[in-house]
Amino acid sequence: MQATGMSANNLSVFYGEKEAIKSVSLEFAPREVTALIGPSGCGKSTFLRSLNRMNDTIGGVRTKGEIWIDGENINDPGVDVVLLRQKIGMVWQRPNPFHKSIYENIAFGPRYHGIRKKKQLDAIVEECLRKSALWEETKDRLHSSALALSGGQQQRLCIARSIAVQPKVILMDEPASALDPVSTAKVEELIAELKKDFSIIIVTHNMHQAARVSDKTAFFYMGKVVEYDKTDKIFTNPSEKATDDYISGRFG
Amino acid sequence: MEQPAVNDQSRVKPKTERTMAKPHVMEEWVGRVFTTLCIVVLVVTIAAIVYFVASRGLATFITNGVSLSGLLSGLKWDPEGEIPLYGALPFIFGSFSTSLLAAVIAAPLGCCAAVFMTQIMPGLGKRVLQPVIELLAGIPSVVFGFVGLSIVVPFLRSVFPGQGIGIAAGSIVLSFMILPTITTIATDALSNLPRGLKEGSFALGATRWQTIYRLVIPTTLPALLTGVVLGMSRAFGEALAVQMVIGNAPHIPHSLFESASTLTSVITLDMGNTVMGSAHNNALWSLALILLAMTFVFVFVVRFLERRNNR
Amino acid sequence: MSAKTADRIATAVIIAISGIIVLLLAGLLGYILFRGLPHISFHFLTSGPQTIKAGGGIGPQLFNSLFLLVLTLIITIPLGLGAGIYMSEYAKPGKLTDSIRLIVEVLSSFPSIVVGLFGLLVIVNVFGLGFSLFSGALALTVFNLPLMVRITEQAMKGVPREQKEASLALGLSRWKTITSVMLPIAMPAIVTGTILAAGRVFGEAAALLFTAGMSSPRLDFTNWNPLSPFSPLNPFRPAETLAVHIWKINSEGLAPDATQIAAGASAVLIIMVLIFNFGARWFGRYLHRKFTATK
Repeated sequence: MQATGMSANNLSVFYGEKEAIKSVSLEFAPREVTALIGPSGCGKSTFLRSLNRMNDTIGGVRTKGEIWIDGENINDPGVDVVLLRQKIGMVWQRPNPFHKSIYENIAFGPRYHGIRKKKQLDAIVEECLRKSALWEETKDRLHSSALALSGGQQQRLCIARSIAVQPKVILMDEPASALDPVSTAKVEELIAELKKDFSIIIVTHNMHQAARVSDKTAFFYMGKVVEYDKTDKIFTNPSEKATDDYISGRFG
Repeated sequence: MEQPAVNDQSRVKPKTERTMAKPHVMEEWVGRVFTTLCIVVLVVTIAAIVYFVASRGLATFITNGVSLSGLLSGLKWDPEGEIPLYGALPFIFGSFSTSLLAAVIAAPLGCCAAVFMTQIMPGLGKRVLQPVIELLAGIPSVVFGFVGLSIVVPFLRSVFPGQGIGIAAGSIVLSFMILPTITTIATDALSNLPRGLKEGSFALGATRWQTIYRLVIPTTLPALLTGVVLGMSRAFGEALAVQMVIGNAPHIPHSLFESASTLTSVITLDMGNTVMGSAHNNALWSLALILLAMTFVFVFVVRFLERRNNR
Repeated sequence: MSAKTADRIATAVIIAISGIIVLLLAGLLGYILFRGLPHISFHFLTSGPQTIKAGGGIGPQLFNSLFLLVLTLIITIPLGLGAGIYMSEYAKPGKLTDSIRLIVEVLSSFPSIVVGLFGLLVIVNVFGLGFSLFSGALALTVFNLPLMVRITEQAMKGVPREQKEASLALGLSRWKTITSVMLPIAMPAIVTGTILAAGRVFGEAAALLFTAGMSSPRLDFTNWNPLSPFSPLNPFRPAETLAVHIWKINSEGLAPDATQIAAGASAVLIIMVLIFNFGARWFGRYLHRKFTATK
């Protein structure tokens, strides 16, 4: 498996007439965690969702500009969105496991992508659950409903589900904001672990979390990237005043 | 294309990229074609209904030379007579009067039930009244007709002069049938009312009844009317239950308790006894065309009311 | 009159009217069952009707109603699901979708007698299918389809967006997402709605008078060859259903016990409708528990 970076070039997103993202260019390096921070409504989630064209599923959203991965511009009209999305995993704010068994949640994607042999699927399920630190907790009840798991376990299952189709990049939209502190810590540990194999882009409201898990941080404000730098730099010595105001809690 | 300033590896196509099979392209195509076909069947069906009913219904005027005004205003219906007469006014009158009367009976009942379920005793309403209304909606029309014939008609006969059959019996049976429609829509409208509205009125010292009739009813009036119109539309098109209790005499009755006819009842009775293509048969299709046209009128009135409601 | 008194009177009136509605339904059901139940027997449910003698049954009619319902559902369910999925997942907001929605609305408010006439003209005569179960099933499909479309559309729209997105993000096609992720979640609502719609179809008569016909051939219940004209399974034979039978004996029944037969048949019809109603609720709850299992 080979992690790749991603980049956005002059990306703009419109909701009807309103320009929610204003010509943003960002580059995400492979095997790094990039945090997107900023006040509510600054466009960070919209930006994240445009990286795998998830905004297509909502009516009335228009995208301009380029997003590159593996030498392909995602926004090219000829791009096969279905194949593209396999390369880019996604994790949502609220855990959303399928209404199926734990095993099926993970096997669902790989099976669709052509892996039919039960042995292979079993191996993938075990590997993904181990990687997401769920194996010990679930190995005895793989075939019971995923909805019976706790919120934190469900979220880790969702992460396991997304890595089962071997993406190169994983997008996370406030993955811990609906979880209790213990579960949050587990998810953060998991992110640090996953970084070895994947590039991760994470939207978060929690600045401590951004500081803990990320290598680079982009500060969004009013649909623009105000500052993008190493996380250390952003949190200790930001070059823009707006960034400083935000991370020291003066607004947002 | 402008080259990026930095050395951006995301634009480099990896050499080891395997070419994926694309089974999903076919799959998407199948799904899209199947669902589109289904919707096309639906649209073609309605177009066919309008086209075929209209083509037969208009034959009366085109091939049989009956005038539209003669059909709509003629008082005498005698298609098999020496000189055939195609006056459909008695049926039109019968249809309008039964459905209007049914709405007049059912509307207050339905609104009361809705007020009961939303404003007075929501708990009891949900547990008892709502299932009752839903059951009522499920009772087949022939059963209503049978009950009408064995309870309503004898009752009317014993209380009022006449045979008991007629517009009154038809309206009573219909009012039962449309009660669920009116109640359901009224209940939805009342329960969608913002909470603050009612509480504001109570805070001003208004009683519950004052709040209901000064505030709740006027605010939800368009929605309540929508329910009544939908109910009328159902009553207008109902065939068998009405046909069983109305008596089926082809004239305008002098009282509510005298045998009469509606558009649907005459179609039900005569369609099987006429030869396709005969003038009598064509005239029946003209009546069906009137029914169809009224359906459109009802749908557009409902749409108009809904638009008023959403504003 | 003071506002307080008016309030009390109005409240009393509303409660009284609501009570009367409940009593009326109870009376209605009670009357039908009270009149009809004594007449229901094994003989009544299985033997054929008599034209002028007493002692006729409703066996063939009951069978016809059930068979017709099955035929109708076989045609309606795929069509309704497909069209409903189109409306909720593929239709783009705009003029075209608005007009399709209007068409569905119009179709659902067509009087059933008009649907029956259309069936007579097009299915029976133009397609040459004659008075037959199959013609009846097609007419009932027209009658039932708008409801199925609405049920499916609403059920699909009730599926949480995150479920759909999660599947799409795994690189699944839209169609696979619909069939494997969304439909299972929408299923309880669809099944409940379908059973309720089936109850409506079961009691429908006006659309069948001129399509399935008002008579049945002498059925031979030992003949299960669907191609034989006397076989109950032949879908191209005329078939009088239970609801049509009730209408017919009420308007032109000659048998001396016509009223009792009508009462018995009505009771059977009502019991079937009650079964559909309660069945739908129970089954919907069961499926809901099963699909969102938290065992």
